[in-house]
Amino acid sequence: MPTRTINPFATVSPSSTPSLDALNEKKEQPRRSSFTKGNKFTSLFGGNTPRTRSEATALRDALVAQQQALLDNPSPQQQINTASISLPTINLTGATGEKMLAEPQTLFNPEEARRKARADAQFGPIGSQKHRYTSTFEGEFGDPIEDEPPYYFLLTTYISYLILIVFGHVRDFFGKRFRAAHYSHLAERDGYAPLNSDFDNFYTRRLKMRINDCFSRPTTGVPGRFITLLDRKSDDGNNTFKLLGTTTETLNMSSYNYLGFAQSEGPCADAAEQAVRKYGVTMASSRTDAGTSELTIEVEDLIARFVGKPASMVFSMGFVTNATAFSTIIGKGCLMLSDELNHSSIRFGARLSGSMIKMFKHNDMKDLERLLREAISQGQPRTHRPWKKILVTVEGLYSMEGTMCNLPALIELKKKYKFNLFVDEAHSVGAVGPRGRGVCDYFGIDPSEVDILMGTLTKSFGANGGYLAADQEIIDKLRTQNAAMMFAESPTPPVLVQIASSLRIISGELVPGQGQERLQRLCFNSRYLRLGLKRLGYIVYGHDDSPIIPVMLYNPAKMPAFSHEMLKRKISVVVVGYPATPLVSSRARFCISAAHTKDDLDRMLAACDEVGDLLQLKFSSGVAGGGDPEELNAPEKDGLSIVKPPRWRLADVVKRGVEDVQMALN
Amino acid sequence: MDLHEMQNTVVRLFNDANAQFHKMPGSAIILRYIKSSYQDDPVRSAIELFLFLFAVRYMLSPSYSTQKKVKLTEEEIDELVDEWTPEPLVAATTPADEIENEKRAVLVGPTGPKSKLSNGRTVTNLASYNFYNFVGNETLKEKAIQTLRTYGVGPCGPPGFYGTQDVHMKTEADVAAHLGVPACIIYAQSFSTISSVIPSFSKRGDIIVADKAVNFSTRKGIQISRSTVRWYEHNDMEDLERVLQKVTKEQAKKPLTRRFIITEGMFENIGDVSDLPKLVELKHRYKFRLILDETWSYGVLGRTGRGLTEAQNVDAREIDMIIGNLSGPLCAAGGFCAGTEEVVEHQRISSASYTYSAALPALLSTTASETISMLQEQPELLTALRDNIKAMRAQLDPRSDWVRCTSDVDNPIMILTLKPEVVASKGWSTKDQTQLLQDAVDECLANSVLVTRLKAYPQGLGVNPRDEGWQPTPAIKVCVTSGLTKKETEKAGITIRHAITKVVKSNKWSK
Ligand SMILES: Cc1ncc(COP(=O)(O)O)c(C=O)c1O
Repeated sequence: MPTRTINPFATVSPSSTPSLDALNEKKEQPRRSSFTKGNKFTSLFGGNTPRTRSEATALRDALVAQQQALLDNPSPQQQINTASISLPTINLTGATGEKMLAEPQTLFNPEEARRKARADAQFGPIGSQKHRYTSTFEGEFGDPIEDEPPYYFLLTTYISYLILIVFGHVRDFFGKRFRAAHYSHLAERDGYAPLNSDFDNFYTRRLKMRINDCFSRPTTGVPGRFITLLDRKSDDGNNTFKLLGTTTETLNMSSYNYLGFAQSEGPCADAAEQAVRKYGVTMASSRTDAGTSELTIEVEDLIARFVGKPASMVFSMGFVTNATAFSTIIGKGCLMLSDELNHSSIRFGARLSGSMIKMFKHNDMKDLERLLREAISQGQPRTHRPWKKILVTVEGLYSMEGTMCNLPALIELKKKYKFNLFVDEAHSVGAVGPRGRGVCDYFGIDPSEVDILMGTLTKSFGANGGYLAADQEIIDKLRTQNAAMMFAESPTPPVLVQIASSLRIISGELVPGQGQERLQRLCFNSRYLRLGLKRLGYIVYGHDDSPIIPVMLYNPAKMPAFSHEMLKRKISVVVVGYPATPLVSSRARFCISAAHTKDDLDRMLAACDEVGDLLQLKFSSGVAGGGDPEELNAPEKDGLSIVKPPRWRLADVVKRGVEDVQMALN
Repeated sequence: MDLHEMQNTVVRLFNDANAQFHKMPGSAIILRYIKSSYQDDPVRSAIELFLFLFAVRYMLSPSYSTQKKVKLTEEEIDELVDEWTPEPLVAATTPADEIENEKRAVLVGPTGPKSKLSNGRTVTNLASYNFYNFVGNETLKEKAIQTLRTYGVGPCGPPGFYGTQDVHMKTEADVAAHLGVPACIIYAQSFSTISSVIPSFSKRGDIIVADKAVNFSTRKGIQISRSTVRWYEHNDMEDLERVLQKVTKEQAKKPLTRRFIITEGMFENIGDVSDLPKLVELKHRYKFRLILDETWSYGVLGRTGRGLTEAQNVDAREIDMIIGNLSGPLCAAGGFCAGTEEVVEHQRISSASYTYSAALPALLSTTASETISMLQEQPELLTALRDNIKAMRAQLDPRSDWVRCTSDVDNPIMILTLKPEVVASKGWSTKDQTQLLQDAVDECLANSVLVTRLKAYPQGLGVNPRDEGWQPTPAIKVCVTSGLTKKETEKAGITIRHAITKVVKSNKWSK
């Protein structure tokens, strides 16, 4: 069992007993108080019970009282969570509002302790109110400084790849001659061309196969603060795996569970359960046929309000949202300018649209402007006709780099060059901004400045699917033309309800205070770990407030080594290398969650400290921050400040971290 | 600095460079080569130098330019930028769009054989794929809730990065075992499955021979693969053979590339089934691989819902890739591709909508596993559905004077198109037919039966209507369910038939 801080407020305290009873009624009449009247969503919770208004009001008062009591209390979420699950549920049919008898309470209830441990394993209780930070943009937005490792490491990286490739070819050479049966799938077989071409397959076969055990690790249970891996082993060089039947609970630094909504307990799961009971698990139809439910409409309204656009539409998959979106807005005679690191789904959609696609260097606004000037002045190739439309497509937060798009600069350019702007907020919605509403919120930019906001619901909201948000007329038009609306399955009721309740929690409509806590903890956690890693001496990519933290490994052999060392310390991380990244910059990527506690992050830092020494990963030269704040302010010598490579001791990192997170990180 | 000093520097530089050059390994050889070639043939040296310079220039120039650039000054560019006015992002909504948006049915409460709409009416729902009424099944709900309470809702990550859960592995094994193939991979959405499977195998230069009437998703998959495509007439095996022969002949001299036949098991837009034994025979004869989209036949055809392979007694292993749907008849979500280990493992790293998209929520995966085993254990589910299909069909085809049903007799999705002779005698255009059938759908709804219309494939912007390719014939889509009794089904069938008759005979259309 990993260490966990004791949260003194998470157990049932007498002060909140009356309201807890009110909450006990949740199964029957839950959270009604926090909904506005006439909300269709309420019917989900059995809103048709013949209950008098006054009872509802009493309930609301109780809830408000409790929330008041909790406002200056750490982790209100935990409180409610525990309450809703730890007390025996009341038989639905016999439930009456008057039942105010407190359950007999013993000092230690093993059943409850187990439930509590389970809930905490999904969402850790906050240790201190200091562990919060508001994600907001200040000062000048620039590209993050990218540190470089000593040349020795670059050189050894190239040499490693060279050796791997040479070895691969040597093995292929002999293998094809002496173990032909193993290579038959790469050669012509009785008149059929091989399914995989030898050349395309080389990388997979000879490089990825060696470290295959670091990918696609099977899991079970909730991908929350901890994630349970199914242990497996391979006897044939990672060709096949055997499950051993045992599991390992690891600290989850890999899931896109930014706000910690991957939970099987608590308000979201409760609502999802009610949804399954009431609606079943599916709509069994496409949106235009009979797959649009009141829930769909509800969620679309909620999303539109959340991201600050007049209208939105939801889809059952984020990938398909992009894959079908572009064909409806651009086509022949249109130009798409796409960031070179844009997600595969954007490329997929763009290719289907039939428009011309050009890439600009990642986050390089100069390059974008150059392309814009060229495109507008030169027009279409050959005919030199002016472009019908130019669509600039960027992501809010890049999942491999941890960088955010330079939205202020994009808006400036947009004013001058009149292009349309499409922002994919797959990773940024929920994850950045003081109210969690994505990059517009983060930069304080009015969402109306961006034409189309796209996002996925798979990440911050712990659900599934994607959305497009734009002006009402645009959405109205797209609804009639979008292929996924017509042919794809519609989002399912439990998923919709998960989205709705998580959105309501973030915006504070449901369990006020908890959404705020999640947002601020996420940002604190991200900054804390980022700063810690920098101080330990790691080269870390990305912007400070980003919950995606890539640390550079460079040498290909360090990918599996890092992954294994972390797994030994019961931490699951994602390692990525070529071809997902440039050849030299293999990396490990950590995804921070609001579900992590500071202790989890300290555990992570301790592990990184050890592994960093073991694998020689502390490359940083100090230009990207991590130095001592006092030294940074020291007078510069000869107009040059001398940066010392930061190599802090773990104890100092942990001691100073909480305070220093509040300052600029470099 | 005076001239003298400069001269000194230059000489020193030159000497240094010379010394460095001599230190370089191989420099002696180059020098000797240049010297001797100059001695022997000065013209050749000049040509070589010229070639060398040309090569350098060629290497430094941009890879290839697609257009001749007009040189413009910064001011001119600024002016052009000021002048440029893009078209609006989307065209204005038309009244037709507005009507369509307004008419879209919104269900209040669960979907089921009887569904409540947002206007307060309760209707007989013949528009959703709830063929076996699994949606209302309490056992399935309980199982889903159990999973929800163990796994939460979303897996929060793509399969490659800790998104693969044991339940997914189980569903994959269940589907593979049901079909009788070695392996299976499940995708998070059925619609995107085939459009991602095709490009992960078929690349530029490869050859696809496809049925003209394949569904939209397949079409997009073919488009994105950038392979060479040949179409054959819908379900015309002779035409297919002709095309295969032609392709084989054309390609005889060229290096062998991958070749695929792509077709549907049961066609989404026509409803009929393929002749699988013939397809398998042709595929073997001409050495093509067969990609069979069983999206609408898996869970419907055969004694236990195994699909076309079961219905036509073909070993599923004969088919290279079977694509299926867990979201329709099986009432869960997601899609799958089944085949050999090689086929499946390849997709795990190279199929875009699997690799780069989050995994299927666990509770939907377990629901799929449950419904698959229900179909196998209770074949009476399928027979009950078929009885209702028969009952419905009896009311529509051949009883109706105006429409005919193009669907297979076992297909619960009945595609009703206007009879060609009626269309010909009235001179209705495609647009007229669409409008007329929409009127009929509205009329059905007025009589409390919810049915829908087939949707035409949306066209890309700026695509010339000439190039639009095959389009489905306008049709009404009636989805039969065993959630209704035979009586209720017949009653709904009568309502639909009368509604069509009423619309055709109305003043608007009888002219
Ligand atoms: C930028 C971006 N867009 C779209 C997607 C696809 O979303 P989903 O996983 O919901 O299909 C992802 C997911 O990885 C993403 O990173």
